[in-house]
Amino acid sequence: MTETVNIQRGRIHPYKFTMWVAIGSIIMMFAGLTSAYIVKRSQAGWVMIDIPLAFWFSTVVILASSVTVHLAVRASRERDMPGYRKWMVATAVLGTVFLILQTKGFMDLRAQDIRLVGAGSNASHSFLLAIAGLHGLHVLGGVAALLVIAWRVVRSRTRTYSSVPAEVISTYWHFVDVLWIYLILFFNWMR
Amino acid sequence: MSTEITQHSHAATLQTESHGHHEGDHGHHHEESFISKYVFSQDHKMIAKQFLITGMIWGVIGGLFSVLFRLQLGYPDMTFPILEDMFGKWAAGGRISNEFYYALVTMHGTILVFFVLTAGLSGTFANFLIPLQVGARDMASPFLNMLSYWFFFLASVIMFASLFLQTGPASGGWTIYPPLSALGQASEGSKLGMDFWLVSMAMFIVSSLLGGLNYITTILNMRTKGMSMTRMPLTIWAIFFTAVLGVLSFPVLLSGAILLLFDRNLGTSFYLSEIVVKGEILPNEGGSAILFQHLFWFLGHPEVYIILMPALGMVSEILSVNSRKPIFGYLAMVGSLFAIAILAFLVWAHHMFVTGLNPFLGAFFVLLTLLIAVPSAIKVFNWLTTIWRGNLRFTPAMLFAMGFVSLFISGGLTGIFLGNSTLDIHLHDTYFVVAHFHIVMGVASMFGMFAGVYHWYPKMYGRYMNNTLAYIHFWVSLAGAYLIFWPMHYFGLAGMPRRYTDWSNWQSFNMFADANRAISTVAMVVFAVQLLFIFNFFYSIWKGRKVTTQNPWGANTLEWTAPIRPGHGNWPGDIPEVHRWAYDYGKDGREFIPQTEAVSDSESKH
Repeated sequence: MTETVNIQRGRIHPYKFTMWVAIGSIIMMFAGLTSAYIVKRSQAGWVMIDIPLAFWFSTVVILASSVTVHLAVRASRERDMPGYRKWMVATAVLGTVFLILQTKGFMDLRAQDIRLVGAGSNASHSFLLAIAGLHGLHVLGGVAALLVIAWRVVRSRTRTYSSVPAEVISTYWHFVDVLWIYLILFFNWMR
Repeated sequence: MSTEITQHSHAATLQTESHGHHEGDHGHHHEESFISKYVFSQDHKMIAKQFLITGMIWGVIGGLFSVLFRLQLGYPDMTFPILEDMFGKWAAGGRISNEFYYALVTMHGTILVFFVLTAGLSGTFANFLIPLQVGARDMASPFLNMLSYWFFFLASVIMFASLFLQTGPASGGWTIYPPLSALGQASEGSKLGMDFWLVSMAMFIVSSLLGGLNYITTILNMRTKGMSMTRMPLTIWAIFFTAVLGVLSFPVLLSGAILLLFDRNLGTSFYLSEIVVKGEILPNEGGSAILFQHLFWFLGHPEVYIILMPALGMVSEILSVNSRKPIFGYLAMVGSLFAIAILAFLVWAHHMFVTGLNPFLGAFFVLLTLLIAVPSAIKVFNWLTTIWRGNLRFTPAMLFAMGFVSLFISGGLTGIFLGNSTLDIHLHDTYFVVAHFHIVMGVASMFGMFAGVYHWYPKMYGRYMNNTLAYIHFWVSLAGAYLIFWPMHYFGLAGMPRRYTDWSNWQSFNMFADANRAISTVAMVVFAVQLLFIFNFFYSIWKGRKVTTQNPWGANTLEWTAPIRPGHGNWPGDIPEVHRWAYDYGKDGREFIPQTEAVSDSESKH
């Protein structure tokens, strides 16, 4: 054990590093999508997009969830396991609320008779659905990961006080938060 | 017995270290069942073999497809009743139907590019060599590594299933350009086969990303003591840049594929505009088919380097070991890999010169494309100077490595032709392109892969492959590669288009009838020789000559300090410490000095 730990000293934990590389990869995916959006927008037949009000509320919710995940990491570092579990679940709940608000936003658009897919749809709103939808899937994955980690803390027979899982998931969670803020500002400016 | 115990305790250490959040019940991990050892293995060496063997199965399927469509191209006026017996309506009357032909070329491209030369090549050697050559017990996350293989397996199953669909597999070319690929009514292969293709590729992308994350993290974080970046073997550098390219470019293909799935199944208009199919006017408006090409080639071009770079690295290593000389210009080799990796992202539009790209913009892409010649030439120069006046040992691996250099030069030179947007007006979509990329990317990378298999086979299975069969394999493959693809340059210069089922209606191309027949014959012989390789591979696993020394090639790198058949954890006892670079061959009168040997005071500086 000691030997392996010695090798690790002074270096970033491999799992955290893996997460950063994965984030780079996800950034490339959204860079691809938003640059496709920019190219498409400069061509004929572009319809200006409407950003539903619910998206702004969801922005507030996901910002709040970044605070709760930060508190979860702090609790984990202080070995306050009940607090850790509580804040993890709170983050997962906020993530779910975010997803509900996103869905509501698209339903509102639909109610205004704006077609997202199918005949009569314009690529602009389809882009909104594709990009925000993919972001939503990433949030959904984060919610699942949060719940799995929180559940492990409850279930585990042996007590492990490693804060690595909390730190890895919080890095991811802050990332999907920042990604959403980028996306909503992007949609707002590049309508 | 005592060493065995040490090894087990270290394997357990590894497990607790990497699975800290588990329950820590991995102490008995060494008592592996058949399932955990051979199927859901987390040992990087076993995962490498899984990738290799899956890749070989795909190689046979993809190669067989090329034999089938070469039958059509070589003998356009003949019928082969046996084909109808085997494929039914796809080869009605013993002739390969147009739909079947397109399905065959599409699947040949997809299988060889992604399943054989990406998963089979990177998957095998990144997994096998990274932990062994940087001195790690396993990958950063053995679990993600296992998932990487099983996503590839899932992708394989879906792609394989698509071959048996009633409407056939995808048939719009491996580049799946819309609108052809987006509209089911446009062709048989654009029906269910295309959905299978897209879902399979999505799984494949997940597999490459999981693999790539692990490769990068392991190389940067898990190196043993003393293994600084500049002491790493060039194989590891090449795999590192490959992984970086994959992690940054595959997600962009995924975005393109997701939008295509939307267009296909949800009626959106990302890529579709004002289309009439069979008299029916489609409602889609405002889409841009060129947009897909940008997204596709932003991956597609780095992808060819993802295929090629592991071969560049392995060839550098094998040439140096078997010339008993240090690699010439180590840092230049690393620098040129880096330059190629950067340029890979800046040249994608050279695939699109004739799609209406702004010629002004094209000029920049020409310049950047031709710049790739610089790092490529540096590499060629360094390989030649490495073997120059070396003490060459013509092992099968060495022959394949030298064959690689030959093919890389021949294929690279025609790249300079194609990189010019003006010449491309004439040459695009002709056999010249087919010849170029098959030689420089396809066959060359294949040679790199063969070199790697022959060289590291003793490490993989503790036995040697049969040399006689290997020599036959090499010479027939090399001669075959040139006999098949060299004439195609002339077809292309004469304007013969690729992707045509039957060229015999054109008077101007009839002069190539004999050459086409010869190519088809050679293709069959070369295919048969690959089966010989596969026989040799599997026969030698059980019956090959046993490896009796730890370091059969007299190489410096760390994998040869591990036991002949290393267990999970690679080294019994401590991981060796590294004191020098990997290329001290023929130094101070010694044939080779392993990386683990401390630098003595009397040693000359390199």
